[in-house]
Amino acid sequence: MEAPLTSLYQQLILEHYRNPRNKNGLMDHTVEAVVHNPVCGDEVKVQMRIIAGQIEDIRFDGQGCSISQASTSMMTALVKGAASDEAIGLADRFTQMMHGNEEAASDPAMGDLRALQGVSKFPVRIKCALLGFDALRTALETEPQH
Amino acid sequence: MLSPSPSVDWAALRDQFPALHQDVGGKPLVYLDSAATSQKPRSVIAALSKYYEQDNANVHRGIHELSRRATVAYEEARAKLANFIGAAEPEELVWTRGTTEAINLVAGSWGLANVKEGDEILLSAMEHHSNIVPWQILANRTGARLRYIEMDDQGRLVLDDLSDLLTERTRIVAVSHISNALGTINPVRDIVDRAKAAGARVLVDGAQAVPHRRVDVQELGCDFYTFSGHKMCGPTGTGALWARRELLESMPPYHGGGEMIRVVGREASTWAEIPHKFEAGTPNIAGAITLGVAADFLDEVGFDAIAEHERNVLAYALERLGELDGIQIYGPTDPNERSGVISFNMGDAHPHDISTILDSEGIAIRAGHHCAQLVMHHFGVSATARASFYLYNSTDDVDRLVDGLVSVQAIFGSA
Repeated sequence: MEAPLTSLYQQLILEHYRNPRNKNGLMDHTVEAVVHNPVCGDEVKVQMRIIAGQIEDIRFDGQGCSISQASTSMMTALVKGAASDEAIGLADRFTQMMHGNEEAASDPAMGDLRALQGVSKFPVRIKCALLGFDALRTALETEPQH
Repeated sequence: MLSPSPSVDWAALRDQFPALHQDVGGKPLVYLDSAATSQKPRSVIAALSKYYEQDNANVHRGIHELSRRATVAYEEARAKLANFIGAAEPEELVWTRGTTEAINLVAGSWGLANVKEGDEILLSAMEHHSNIVPWQILANRTGARLRYIEMDDQGRLVLDDLSDLLTERTRIVAVSHISNALGTINPVRDIVDRAKAAGARVLVDGAQAVPHRRVDVQELGCDFYTFSGHKMCGPTGTGALWARRELLESMPPYHGGGEMIRVVGREASTWAEIPHKFEAGTPNIAGAITLGVAADFLDEVGFDAIAEHERNVLAYALERLGELDGIQIYGPTDPNERSGVISFNMGDAHPHDISTILDSEGIAIRAGHHCAQLVMHHFGVSATARASFYLYNSTDDVDRLVDGLVSVQAIFGSA
């Protein structure tokens, strides 16, 4: 098997794909967003309960490839309990990693998301990895300003 | 292994396609995406260069030598393609950018002139988006209603209740000849007969048919036939609409501009004869001429041989893929009811993951909804992986595909 492929399909990614965190059972939320990748039909819906700028809870639902589902699962696990602006910071950092930023890829704050570094070698799949973050950003933009 | 058709040297034929002879990711390319677009033989590529190197000029109205040459070649190509699909005369073939534009032309011209509020447009749940969306736009503009012929669990049209779907309000039936997402070959002649009996027009989307089998529009009996050049070894941006002379003459223009007029006044203009009435602006001259060369290429190989070869490769592929654990193949189980398209899913590996892993093995397939989201809904999936075959594919390509899918299972497990 080719090395880039091994790095793309790490066990941690497949584990999140098969056992997604914070998936389904959407909840009492303050904001939500649905995003689609029109190229492939992948869909991710994110709901959050945000109180005083803190993401108290987050759930997602959707369907798609291992990369889109795993990255969204990893993202929800990291932003749960974080402040909204920290979540945006994580989204920015992850986007940098997708564009090949090595420093971002070694940032411990990225948690499980670091397993997705290999996606940056597959340009046509970067959109898949960013889908959940697109939903996160869109939902945060709809957040009522306090 | 199956024996190849005796009359054609398929390996030598494959050698005529330069793009097939390259490595992708260090592995020899296996191209299984011809339902999206076909590769082009050397003769077609050479004709494109030759046109631009020697004859390039705008067609019609030119008095100079290059314009004369370009016009002759352009109209000869029209006659060739008209003959290719059994049209009675060259003027019945309108050049378009492809099937999509041809369907939009019919919906925008014939449709707006003939479809009224309360009328019905009958489609099928198997259609490519290009044979759905133009009719939705027409329905929205006119107040007409869309109805659908459904599919069975093998992705075949359910025609038992076609008589109920065809009402006195049905103005047109628009169906594909062969499904791009499933490969299902539809009984077009039967549908045409019943639609005609009900007084409806019939448009056939032939994008997946013309590249693979002899199409005769007279035998089919339809009113409109549409197809694309780039799926039949021709260049992108080419295609055609066929309709009988009387019908085309009765239709208003679609686009306005140069080339399609007779006389232009300040307030009004008069139209050129068909087919020029529908060909506003400088057409894809190089494309049309080159598509004629592609038609020659296919004629030289012969559709009997092409169909037999593709049937052999398809039957072998269905057999070998069927051996894989966890594979779900969509579409008719009888190889005689389908063309060289295999849509499938395997275990919990998403089609995009399958496609990425196959790509790393040099194997090009397509993953997604194949512009046929109604088909995906029918089977309760959001996407499928699709391998599609053409005259340059072989059973060796199928073996490589199967090996690649075994690699997918090594990563994802065999479910």
